[in-house]
Amino acid sequence: MYKCGSYPVTDKTAISGGIFSANILCPDIAAMAKPGQFAHIKLEGFTLRRPISICGIDRVNGTIRIVFEVRGAGTAKLSHINTGDNLDLLAPLGNGFTLPELAENERAIFVGGGIGVPPLLAAAAVYREQATAILGFRSYDKIILANDFRSIGAEVFTCTDDGSVGMKGQVTVQLKDLLQKGGVGRVFACGPLAMLTTVSQITESFGVPTEVSLEERMGCGVGACAVCACKANKDGKAFMARVCKDGPVFGVKNGEFVALDKEGV
Amino acid sequence: MKPNLFVKVAGVTLTNPVIAASGCYGFGDDYTDLYPPNVLGGVSCKGTTLEPRDGNPTPRIAETHGGILNSVGLQNYGVDKFAADFVPKLKAQGCVVIANIAGSTLEDYAEAVSRLDGTDVDLIELNISCPNVKQGGAAFGVTAEGAALVTKAVRAVTKKPIMVKLTPNVTDIVSIAKAVEAEGADALSLINTLLGMRIDINTRRPVLKNNVGGLSGAAVFPVALRMVWQVANAVDIDVVGLGGISSASDAIEMMLAGAKAVQVGTAIISDPFAPLKIIGGISEYMRVNKIKNLTEIIGKVKPW
Ligand SMILES: Cc1cc2nc3c(=O)[nH]c(=O)nc-3n(C[C@H](O)[C@H](O)[C@H](O)COP(=O)(O)OP(=O)(O)OC[C@H]3O[C@@H](n4cnc5c(N)ncnc54)[C@H](O)[C@@H]3O)c2cc1C
Ligand SMILES: Cc1cc2nc3c(=O)[nH]c(=O)nc-3n(C[C@H](O)[C@H](O)[C@H](O)COP(=O)(O)O)c2cc1C
Repeated sequence: MYKCGSYPVTDKTAISGGIFSANILCPDIAAMAKPGQFAHIKLEGFTLRRPISICGIDRVNGTIRIVFEVRGAGTAKLSHINTGDNLDLLAPLGNGFTLPELAENERAIFVGGGIGVPPLLAAAAVYREQATAILGFRSYDKIILANDFRSIGAEVFTCTDDGSVGMKGQVTVQLKDLLQKGGVGRVFACGPLAMLTTVSQITESFGVPTEVSLEERMGCGVGACAVCACKANKDGKAFMARVCKDGPVFGVKNGEFVALDKEGV
Repeated sequence: MKPNLFVKVAGVTLTNPVIAASGCYGFGDDYTDLYPPNVLGGVSCKGTTLEPRDGNPTPRIAETHGGILNSVGLQNYGVDKFAADFVPKLKAQGCVVIANIAGSTLEDYAEAVSRLDGTDVDLIELNISCPNVKQGGAAFGVTAEGAALVTKAVRAVTKKPIMVKLTPNVTDIVSIAKAVEAEGADALSLINTLLGMRIDINTRRPVLKNNVGGLSGAAVFPVALRMVWQVANAVDIDVVGLGGISSASDAIEMMLAGAKAVQVGTAIISDPFAPLKIIGGISEYMRVNKIKNLTEIIGKVKPW
């Protein structure tokens, strides 16, 4: 189920260079939302809505949190919203992460690259102390949400492309390291496609079930316009998946994306 | 008194003149969280071909001033799945179902349409105007001869009413409309998208992987309105107007220009409630202007 309506922004802050965080009061959406789903946001003057992941869900206060980076005219417009302004949301959309229960001694690893990090926070919040986050950013001024992961109890590793903070280099090096130590029940990843491909290759070689969240340019966001297609598998058969409705979260099997049914991979 | 919004298109009665345009409303089951599809005058389903198609590579969408470009390229499940799964589902909800059929050859069109004969599809919309695939029928749609050939081939295999969807990417749309009418089409719908392009100045790459795509949305409305007006003046069969309609006043303009009904596409992608707002707005316009029946406005523009 999803809703479409106008909802007030309860607060907005800049959390890093060109990156903003906002909470929106939308009790009906917050009640239904699952980590990994997204909100499709209509901005005045733009024909297309902008897909932004749900980064936090607060059912008690009836809010959802979004974290977004200014990338172009639409997200620039979004960054001008203020507390009290209304946002036109179509949400929650898509299939979220399956978030299965893990054995007590198992860990869930969250691998995020840049602006792919926000949806992982809501998911990690489900696992708390069982979560490990490996977060990669271009440079120190782009680091976001590392403390938010810490405050929900997760263990956090940060990497920067230029080595300005944390480890220099790629999240995948750290991932391999942790997988080698064992005890990983599931890996969740969101970020650039190249990163997701490498992550999946690594996790598959260790036989650890993996869920990735994909990005694609979208139209309607609900599956009607077939714009955001991606080749995927379902019950062993190839099909053209709609990233908005059949995803954005997919499983990975033999290097291919797999549509997640409700039971998961 | 509640205004009467009923209209008849190609002999098919619609409870109101607002139809969801092909490709923007799937098969009527993606928006049911917000409202049931049967509140619309009709549903023109996603373009369907004889065999399933994967469509074009992504990105398939780009934003423009007041509109969008798309290059989906007729990704669809094929006519058999459409007939078996989607038609019964929509009919069970009491919808007027319009099948949007495209093909690469005359035989494809005829075969796909004949497979709908045993179904409850109300109206067949022949898409001879998709600009996004070389083999999408647009080759037929850009000449009067080609458009006539498709209409004739399909007319020969079905008794269902046929509505031919015209492309605006032509020099003389009126001659094409007349050719289609002469071959027995029951209605015309226009316009499909206008061929367009966007380039990313940083990468110097076209935004669409297909390089070019079809322009739709508010930006195309005046072009669509002009074409509907020209065509409605030239033919006797019913005309359904579309292209950039995003408000009740747009829809009323289309009807004044001669459209018996309208279709709404891109506006739904922006605002899923757009069709309902348009239906409500037409009803309000009729109430305020004491119009009892839409025939009082259809084609009633007073040109200078
Ligand atoms: C499921 C999903 C979840 C996302 N979650 C987040 C998030 O939590 N935080 C965040 O900062 N960004 C997120 N994004 C990316 C975000 O949607 C784009 O950065 C944004 O749409 C850019 O809009 P713009 O007008 O600023 O840029 P422009 O480049 O001007 O946009 C032009 C068009 O391209 C589309 N577009 C451009 N880049 C992307 C992209 N990377 N992905 C999809 N569409 C794009 C826009 O939506 C718009 O239609 C997400 C994308 C998807 C698909
Ligand atoms: C994403 C998208 C997909 C479309 N797919 C089809 C299609 O399959 N068949 C067709 O006849 N028209 C298709 N169209 C064209 C629309 O039905 C319509 O003719 C056009 O968009 C103009 O109307 P609008 O401005 O209200 O969208 C598509 C349009 C869009 C935006």
